[in-house]
Amino acid sequence: MTEENAGGVAKKFLYVNRRAPYGTIYALESLEVVLIGAAFEQDVSLAFLGDGVYQLTKGHDTKGLEVKNFSPTFRALEDYDVTKLYVEKEALEARGLREADLVVPVEVVSAERMAEIMEAQDVILSF
Amino acid sequence: MLHTVNKSPFEHKALETCLKFARQGSAVLLIEDGVYAAAKDTAVSKQVQEALKSVSIYALKPDVEARGMQDRVMDGVHLVDYGGFVDLVAEHNAVQSWL
Repeated sequence: MTEENAGGVAKKFLYVNRRAPYGTIYALESLEVVLIGAAFEQDVSLAFLGDGVYQLTKGHDTKGLEVKNFSPTFRALEDYDVTKLYVEKEALEARGLREADLVVPVEVVSAERMAEIMEAQDVILSF
Repeated sequence: MLHTVNKSPFEHKALETCLKFARQGSAVLLIEDGVYAAAKDTAVSKQVQEALKSVSIYALKPDVEARGMQDRVMDGVHLVDYGGFVDLVAEHNAVQSWL
């Protein structure tokens, strides 16, 4: 499923996010790399598993922590043609969350469907 | 004894182990990703509710707010600011950090 672009062939990149935001640097670093991949006009998808779903929840206010609130960046992904965001259904349910609790439109998928999405990729980067 | 837990209860066993060893009357302070344990209606909320019968549970407010959890904190869990964290440390004879 590759397509031509100016720089050559676009590969399918999947970024797998499994960490909660702020407690570690993984979530922020992932987002930085996603934007780089998108700038190179690759076919980018994001997967959110386990605690990774917490990256997308609404209402982050980091003033007290004095760290960057990168939550608004997810809303800018659309401008980079990054629109394929897959969220693990079981992860949301275990955390008492619903799709309406997230800052961007996502596709909520079963573990089985998530596995299919992973199989279809050329490159998978884990955070 | 004051116990602190800084790991998510969904990805780590730190909270479970802490609650196993926390004796009646001790205090448990949830910090960093540990604050997710304070949310209501989750896979671990029953475990936390049960623990509230014998220990006091606190969550660090700046960590709760950073994660957008301010409207999800379960009844019985007290929010404290950094000053409250210091008070808890001063009030207890020792601190055990479940890293």
